[in-house]
Amino acid sequence: MLPRTLLPLALLATVLLPAAARAEGGMPQLDFANPLTLSQVWWGALIFIVLYVLLSRLALPRVGEVLEERARRIAADLETAQAAKGRSDAAAKEVADATARARAEAQAAINAALDAAKQEAAGRIAALNQRLEKQLQDAEAQIEAARASAMRALREVATETAGTVIARLTGAPPDQARLDGAIGAALATRRIG
Amino acid sequence: MAAGGSIDALSQFKLEPVLGLDFTQSNVMMIVAGVLTFGLLWLGMRPRAMVPGRLQSAAEMAYETVLGMCTETIGPEGRAFFPFVFTLFFFILFGNLLGVFPFFFTYTSHIAVTLALTVFVVGLVTVVAIRIHGWHFLSYFVPQGVPGALLPLLVPIEILSYLSRLISLSVRLFANMMAGHVMLEVFGAFVVMLGAAGVIFWIPAGFSLAVNVALIGFELLVATLQAYVFAILTCIYLHDAVHLH
Repeated sequence: MLPRTLLPLALLATVLLPAAARAEGGMPQLDFANPLTLSQVWWGALIFIVLYVLLSRLALPRVGEVLEERARRIAADLETAQAAKGRSDAAAKEVADATARARAEAQAAINAALDAAKQEAAGRIAALNQRLEKQLQDAEAQIEAARASAMRALREVATETAGTVIARLTGAPPDQARLDGAIGAALATRRIG
Repeated sequence: MAAGGSIDALSQFKLEPVLGLDFTQSNVMMIVAGVLTFGLLWLGMRPRAMVPGRLQSAAEMAYETVLGMCTETIGPEGRAFFPFVFTLFFFILFGNLLGVFPFFFTYTSHIAVTLALTVFVVGLVTVVAIRIHGWHFLSYFVPQGVPGALLPLLVPIEILSYLSRLISLSVRLFANMMAGHVMLEVFGAFVVMLGAAGVIFWIPAGFSLAVNVALIGFELLVATLQAYVFAILTCIYLHDAVHLH
C-alpha cells in the first residue's frame, strides 16, 4: 500500500517501533490483559448494531424514497414529452395532409374550369365556322344566280343588238334562226353562256 | 510524545476509560462516527428536494456509490446486503478519517476492532452461503476441473485460504492505520526533538515537518482507500457466498 518513496520512512518507523514498544511494554492493541481492549469491542458491536438499525430502518429508506421519487418523476416527464411529441407529429401530419388535399382540389377545379372554357370556345368557334360557311354558300349561290341571269341577259342583248344592226345595215329583218346560231357560237367560243 | 529522549509512538493507541466505566475513548469515536454517518443522511435528506443541494448530493452520492458497489459486485441479490455494507463502509471510513485529526483516537487501529468486524463479515458470508446452498456450500472448497489425485492437497489449501480472510482483511486495515499513525507520531516527535536540539537542527526539523504534512495527505488517501477495500472485499466474499465460484 505504501509508495516507494515512503518505504525508507516505513523502515525507519519499524526500526524505531521495537524500541518504543520496549519502553512502553508492548503495543496497547495486543495488551489483552487490559479489559478495555475487549470491552471496546463489545461496546463497538452495540454501537455498530444500533447504527445498522438506524440506517437500515430510518436513514437509507429516506434516501431511497427520494431517489425513487425522482426517477419516477423523470420517467413520467419523459413519457409526457413523448406523448406531446406524438400529438404534435400527428397535428403536423394533419396540416400537411390538409394542405395537399386543398392543393389537389384547387388543381382539379382549375382543370375543370379550363376544360369547360376550352369546350365552350371550341363550340363557339364551330358555330361561327358553320355560320360563315353558310353565308359563304349563300353568297356563292347568289353570285351564281346573278351570273346566270346576267348570261341570259347577255344573249338577249346580243341577239337584239345584232338583229337591230343587221336590220339597219341590210334593211331586212335578220334570219332569227341563223342569228341565234351565230350568237350561240360566238358565246361558246368566248366561253360565256 | 518525546519523553526522556525516546519516542513514544504507541501511547496514542492506549485505551483510556471514559466516564469511569469500561467505556473507552475508542467507543466515543465510534459514536461520533455513527452520529456523523446518520447525520449525513438524515440532515442531508431533510429537504427531500427534486434538485438536490450540496449536503443532499453528498448523501445521495454516498447511497448510490455503496449501492452500486453492492449490485455490481454481488449482483441483483446485493440489494439485501446494502444496508450492512453501507454501515460497514461508513463505520470504517469515518473511523479512519476522524483518526487523522490530532488527538482523536483511531478505533480502526485496534486489531481487536478490525478482527471483530472481519469475524462478523466472514461469519455472515458463511451463514449466507449455507442458507442459500445448504451442504452444497462445501463444494466451494473443491476447485473445478482439477484431477482427483490433487484434491487432498487442494481442498485443505482452499479451506486455509478461506479462513485466512480473517487475517488478511483485519490485519490489512489495522496495519495500514497503525503504520500511518506511528509514522505521524515519529516525525512529529522528530520536529519537537530536533527543534529543541539547537538552531543547526532546524533544517532537518523543517524537513520532518514537511514529511508530516505529506503524510497527513497520504493518510487521508489511505483512510478512504482502506475503507473502500474493506467494503469491496466484503462484497466480493458475499458474491462468492451467493454464487459459489
